[in-house]
Amino acid sequence: MSESEPKRPTPDELLARMREQSGKAKRGRCRIFLGMAPGVGKTFAMLSAAQRLARDGVDVLVGVVETHGRAETERLLLGLDILPRRTVDYRGTELEEFDLDAALLRRPALVVIDELAHSNAPGSRFAKRWQDVQAVLDAGIDVMTTLNVQHIESLNDVVRQVTGVEVRETVPDAVIDEADEVELVDLPPDALITRLQQGKVYVPESARTAREAFFRRENLAALRELALRKTAEWVDVRMREMQSERGIRIAWPTADRVLVAVSPSPLAATVVRAARRIAAGMRAQLVAVYVETPAMLRLPPADRERVRQTMALAERLGADTVVLSGSDAAREIVEFARGRNVSRIVLGKTARSRWSELLRGSFVQEIIRRSGDIDVHVVRGDGGGPTVQSVALPQFSEARLGQAVVAVSAVSIATLLGTTILRSVDLTNIAMVFLLAVVIVSTAGRRFATSLAALLSVAAFDFFFVPPSFTFAVSDVQYLITFAAMLAVGLLIAQLTANFRRLADSARERALRTGELYAMSRALGSARTSEEVAALAATRVHDSFAADALILVRRANLPQMEVIGGAGNPDWLDERERAVAGWAHDHGAPAGIGTASLPAAVGRHVPLVGPRGAIGVLSLRPRDRKSLEATASQSLLGTFADQIALALDRAELIDAHQRATLDADRERLRSALLSSVSHDLRTPLASIAGAASTLLDAPNAFDSATKRELLVGIADEAERLSDLVSDLVFATRLEAGGVDPRREWTTVQEIVGTGTLRLREALARRSFRTIVPSDLPLVRVDAVMMAQVVHNLVDNALRHTPPDASIEIAAWLDESDVMIQVRDSGPGLDAEEIRSVFNRFYRGTRGREPGSGVGLGLGLTVCRGIVEAHGGRIWAQAALGSGAAFTIALPYEREQPALPAEREGA
Amino acid sequence: MSEPRPRILVIEDEVPIRRFLRATLGAHGYEIEEATTAREGLLFAAQHPPDLVLLDLTLPDGDGIEVARSIREWSQIPIVVLSARGQESDKIAALDAGADDYLTKPFGVGELAARIRVALRHAARQLGPVGDAEWEATEEGRRVRVDLGRRRVTVSDSEATETPEAEVRLTPTEFKLLALLVRHAGRVLTHRQLLVDVWGPSHAGDVQYLRVYAGQLRAKLERDPTQPRFLLTEPGVGYRLVEGR
Repeated sequence: MSESEPKRPTPDELLARMREQSGKAKRGRCRIFLGMAPGVGKTFAMLSAAQRLARDGVDVLVGVVETHGRAETERLLLGLDILPRRTVDYRGTELEEFDLDAALLRRPALVVIDELAHSNAPGSRFAKRWQDVQAVLDAGIDVMTTLNVQHIESLNDVVRQVTGVEVRETVPDAVIDEADEVELVDLPPDALITRLQQGKVYVPESARTAREAFFRRENLAALRELALRKTAEWVDVRMREMQSERGIRIAWPTADRVLVAVSPSPLAATVVRAARRIAAGMRAQLVAVYVETPAMLRLPPADRERVRQTMALAERLGADTVVLSGSDAAREIVEFARGRNVSRIVLGKTARSRWSELLRGSFVQEIIRRSGDIDVHVVRGDGGGPTVQSVALPQFSEARLGQAVVAVSAVSIATLLGTTILRSVDLTNIAMVFLLAVVIVSTAGRRFATSLAALLSVAAFDFFFVPPSFTFAVSDVQYLITFAAMLAVGLLIAQLTANFRRLADSARERALRTGELYAMSRALGSARTSEEVAALAATRVHDSFAADALILVRRANLPQMEVIGGAGNPDWLDERERAVAGWAHDHGAPAGIGTASLPAAVGRHVPLVGPRGAIGVLSLRPRDRKSLEATASQSLLGTFADQIALALDRAELIDAHQRATLDADRERLRSALLSSVSHDLRTPLASIAGAASTLLDAPNAFDSATKRELLVGIADEAERLSDLVSDLVFATRLEAGGVDPRREWTTVQEIVGTGTLRLREALARRSFRTIVPSDLPLVRVDAVMMAQVVHNLVDNALRHTPPDASIEIAAWLDESDVMIQVRDSGPGLDAEEIRSVFNRFYRGTRGREPGSGVGLGLGLTVCRGIVEAHGGRIWAQAALGSGAAFTIALPYEREQPALPAEREGA
Repeated sequence: MSEPRPRILVIEDEVPIRRFLRATLGAHGYEIEEATTAREGLLFAAQHPPDLVLLDLTLPDGDGIEVARSIREWSQIPIVVLSARGQESDKIAALDAGADDYLTKPFGVGELAARIRVALRHAARQLGPVGDAEWEATEEGRRVRVDLGRRRVTVSDSEATETPEAEVRLTPTEFKLLALLVRHAGRVLTHRQLLVDVWGPSHAGDVQYLRVYAGQLRAKLERDPTQPRFLLTEPGVGYRLVEGR
């Protein structure tokens, strides 16, 4: 920036000044909801978040929100504290603005301020709303706000280029960079257009005409990419800050930027290093830029590889790397530099000959001419010897042969026409026919064919038509001018069409890339878990790069990376590759083929860096090793990685949230369990202790019958206590997910027999029978656990029915299940009980026999847990007649185990 | 009686259980020695070999299973293991390591006495002539008799005193299984032990064989096969034929 005359302060300067003025200790936290365009639902998302915070007891104040009359948004304002607007009279119109002073006076914990880019009415304390927000933050108050990507200062130009819409209200990048949270509110372009057509998007009256232009699908797609990139960039900045906090790398304030232009020259690395020194001296951020021009696109692979390496070097040196594309490198670079507040551009000296500079203009000159108030440094590349210009000899490949055939045919036809039909025509017109042939050949867009056709045309014209015919000799010197003109026109056409074709190719390529990006983001948007994200992402990478793709994460700091999703053949990821992936993860830098780190590996390993650091690694093995080398694929891969990282991070957050909810649930259950346990365990303990102390105190005061009664009580209660404890232990295991049935083949008879074993005495006093056919199929269950289920059900029946009620156990084979039913003729269950009887701590109340003791209400929960762990079902129902029935359905295994054959009665 | 009282070594760290065992076993005419750790127990067993060891599976200084294995290295002293419910795999491991039987806490005095009695009897038999060839038991009015020498199995119901004993026809495998159980009557036999002995080592894991044949035996011997009284299931461990009379 030049220091010559006083000029309007840049937004960054303004911001810095404001910072100084209010040197408050603790700033509020700023959360920005970023969207690609109006109507994606930023305000909605912000208010939803505000409602959640308010519910959690945060003092939320709505400073200003534009609902544009949308009912669903207005509903979200219900129950929130809303700050009255300040009315400003401006030339007779009443304008309503955010009341900054009232908000500061009120001192809430958080203020919701919509439309960060809004310009305040004249006469307000600040000209821009983002300044209001800064003031609120400086006062130590948190802010939530919304922003559309086109209002970001550095993207302003790009947005204008892309959409043709001039955006006047901008917000300095630093405001976004320094936000504590940037939340991307995303909506696929098609969905937004649908919303627009349904009238759900507010468009101001004055902008009606711009609307059509703005909301085109291509525009929205481009804006969306910008929004995604901006968010990814913010994440990147965060990460670097985190690293610098840990003392890993020095983070520079982003106010000043130095741009270095990267060329395919071998000296480029030296230039980048020099630029880095300059940037370090200025304490500025370095941006390395490579412009993919049509000319660059036809560089030999070695040169392209060098560009990639130089960009990688820049990245390692802490620079941001950007790949632009356009036909004029100098123009692209300068425009980009202006958009990013670059104060200095660093270039290498060109190794071009004076001759070619004169012809095609010097890149350095061009930059200097355009740069305006940006300083330009031209540095020399140290040590690098003279570069050997590798002149690529035209290879006579099959493609060229085809082109040659086309050219020769076209010229032959022209010659034939000239010698036959157009025999009497003037020579000038014959020349035109040849030119026509050249133009027709050029439509294929092949430079070689067109150039060849031009040359052949001149030769044929000379040989066949220019007198003396059938020699190359020329009688009239003025024909030389004709030849020269023909040749020049032909070659020019060849050049133009080839350029045109290349640009078209590059545009197609970009469209394809963008399409892939949207497909990816749409796919990832629907994924909820890390595994889903990984599977979808891997499939997209697999399709886009023709590569076997895997997503790896590092769990709980295990040394090994764990694969959570993949597409294609996963076998290539051996120990070595895994180690390379681990390296990429730990260093946050790509590794493997085509990179500077561990290039001997089979695959490419790209770290997935989310807002909270490295999340995982995208590992891919392309079918064709070369396919990753193009700079375009490189940057596409980078963008993919950013998106995957964001999606994974989101999935992890959802997961963590669910885990937290689950933990809270479990905690509640645990305390309920504790209180229940202390009650239910103490009851039998009290009667045991009571009976025992009675006997101890006065051993001789009772007759033998009473003594026996007390002793039986002790024994029974002890037995009950033992049951309670095993249920409790089992329920705890169930809770902890530690139930792993030891399945083996067994008979239903065996289950019923074992389940009633310990209740034999109590059952002997009842009317009890079992109806278990001996020809039931075997079931594959944990015999001990399943016996426990029967035990609990029978024990329940014994305790909840009067002594004269009968109990039955029946078993039968249904279509797909083996059924076991425990039923009684007791008082039965009502509808409510049938529903809730399996819930933890539920205790039957109606049928409880006096003195039957209490249960923990765990018995049936344990039953359900066991049965479900076996893939079965259990339910309560009314039995035929009056009682209750509990039915277990166990899967009928159609593949019964082999049994030894034996002759009966030997 | 001139015969000395059998000496039982109790290896158990819980004081209340030791107190209970001391009182109960003393009343049943046994002499009690106590050890509270695995080390102490092994040392004592080596210095003064008892007639039977009652071994808790969870000891403060080591695994009861290891103690059983160490004792088996040099002695055939019967070992009865004490364990909690839900420790089925530990029980099996202890039995595989050489323990003779087990008791699940909490257990009653009757059970305790029966296990010790059976274990001592089998130990005595190993020193003397091999095996009872005959077994007879009566449960809830039904009497079952097995004469291995004559390969004869009979069942009779006492309520119908008039009906003579009915002979039960068994398949060779059923008989083989029953014979094995009779020779170890009153003692638990693990699934593995039964499968290996009856069907051979290659069928050691085919529990379904056992389930089916136990069901068939019960159908022939028991009144209600779902409520067995003679051939008892030891949940998760194996089978036990009730002690003969």
